[in-house]
Amino acid sequence: MTTTSAPPPAATREAYGPALVKLADAGYDIVALDADLSASTGGNKLAGSYPERWFTVGAAEANMISIAAGLASTGKTVYAASFAVFMPGHCFDQIRVHIAQQRMNVKLIASHGGISVGEDGASAQAIEDLALMTSLPGMNVVVPCDAVEADAMICRAAEDQEPWYIRLGRPKLPIVYTDGPSFQLGKADQLRDGNDITLIACGLMVEPTLRAADTLAAEGIAARVLNMATLKPLDEATIIQAADETGAIVCAEEHNVIGGLGSAVARTLALHRPTPMEQVGINDTFGQSGPWTALLEEYGLTTESVVTAAKRAMARK
Amino acid sequence: MTTSPATAADAEALLDVCKRIRRHIVEMTHAAQSGHPGGSLSSTEIFAALYFGGVARHDPANPQWDRRDRVILSKGHATPVVYATLAEAGYFSTDLIPSFRSLGTELQGHVVRNKPAGVEMSGGALGMGLSFAVGVALGHQLNGLPDDEGQTFVVVGDGELNEGQNWEAIMSASHFGLHRITAILDRNHFQNDGPGDEIMRIDPVGDKWAAFGWGVQHVDGHDVEAVRDALLAARARCDAPQVVICETVKGRGVSFMAENPAGWHGKGPSDEQLAQALREIEAGLS
Repeated sequence: MTTTSAPPPAATREAYGPALVKLADAGYDIVALDADLSASTGGNKLAGSYPERWFTVGAAEANMISIAAGLASTGKTVYAASFAVFMPGHCFDQIRVHIAQQRMNVKLIASHGGISVGEDGASAQAIEDLALMTSLPGMNVVVPCDAVEADAMICRAAEDQEPWYIRLGRPKLPIVYTDGPSFQLGKADQLRDGNDITLIACGLMVEPTLRAADTLAAEGIAARVLNMATLKPLDEATIIQAADETGAIVCAEEHNVIGGLGSAVARTLALHRPTPMEQVGINDTFGQSGPWTALLEEYGLTTESVVTAAKRAMARK
Repeated sequence: MTTSPATAADAEALLDVCKRIRRHIVEMTHAAQSGHPGGSLSSTEIFAALYFGGVARHDPANPQWDRRDRVILSKGHATPVVYATLAEAGYFSTDLIPSFRSLGTELQGHVVRNKPAGVEMSGGALGMGLSFAVGVALGHQLNGLPDDEGQTFVVVGDGELNEGQNWEAIMSASHFGLHRITAILDRNHFQNDGPGDEIMRIDPVGDKWAAFGWGVQHVDGHDVEAVRDALLAARARCDAPQVVICETVKGRGVSFMAENPAGWHGKGPSDEQLAQALREIEAGLS
């Protein structure tokens, strides 16, 4: 993954609109829905080439989700997009009964996940969406670390008939997968080798976690780095292997420490390989307004936090 | 598909099927000692008209027929009337009916999509059926179905209209210009906690629906021929979504349920009550 000139940073949400057009061009029978946030999700890009395949339902997320289920029942592959605070926030019951229980071919595109939404403040910052979505039987839950991986996920989702929750983000992030994506549903991607500790991250915490591994390497600590882009179904085998081979684990995520990646990994470890583990995440508190980079600092979602957590975990070996 | 006027024999057959549906409703809620008889008895003529009055195009031998009409129970607790109707229509054996609500049965307490085949949508969480129908209608439009195919009939409860999602759906159906949706309101005036007018008033419900751009008809929901005629008229309209408001009695056909509808929202009759209910249904009392 080394190139001479780094690609420009991009938001994971920027992958959505172009991916829709690509899927339609390739002959997939897709329909996309938005709920009055289509310029921000990028869903309206489909309307440029395929106006009959895109609908906005207005600011009515519950209606959108049940409409998506009805469309799927007629054979369509449906993408439904909103912000992560509103979907699942406004429509958890509709997702639960109409998408998850009916196992509908609906791909939920939740943009503006996490506190990196920034200035809009606490009500706009989804820190609990992954807890809600991973609690639903049969729901595939994925979080891309960059726009390349986001594109791969959005396109991969069209290959099956299952419900997906794809959490995207607002800010532009460095590209991790400069040589192309390696996304596989339900499989962790090992970005760094190492046997002293394993750092497991998803979403926008992957890149700072790679830098944490650099910092640790400079101190003689070989940290394995896993991009756990799929929270559900969780790659338990790779987690257990990491516990066996490295003996200490750190999880880093842009989500409440309760109910997200760290919780899922902790459950796996407790059941199969009790192992010293530390969490980097939002410590069960709501966010506030501020530039997104300042918010990441304020809530400890940083390279330094991962380094510190790694040393704590190793000390517990 | 026939839309020919009913003959006298048809009318008699419809009355007879209503009796059979009502018998199944009280028998299965008696067997389960739970379930929702009141709101099932109020919907009986609606389901009889849909499945036996030549209204809904459907094929019990091919439940996934892609040009079928969809009958959707939005008031998803009224499973007894759905299972009774589907069994009578030939979707599954009436022998299955006593298994209602027992462990391992397909006849779940609230509707579950494709369990058994013929159930179009999972429900039980109120207020979602009309939105689902909007999606179905959009899909049929995109799939290029002819105007007279793929109609969606959604049976909605009046208490259920408290849920705001209904009004999102009602707004969007007319906004999208969808004509393949016919809502059927079981206006039985009672909801879980008591009389609808006391819990949360919805009148003038027809005017509200009309203000949202729908065609509105009012009928006696226990006059099965009137219900059938109204549904056929709604099905034939291609200019706007339609609602048929069926004035009904919760518990209709069983005196002690109709006289105490709030008490019979969600429980099954005793042995003695079952015997009385079956006598009254047979006699055609209301």
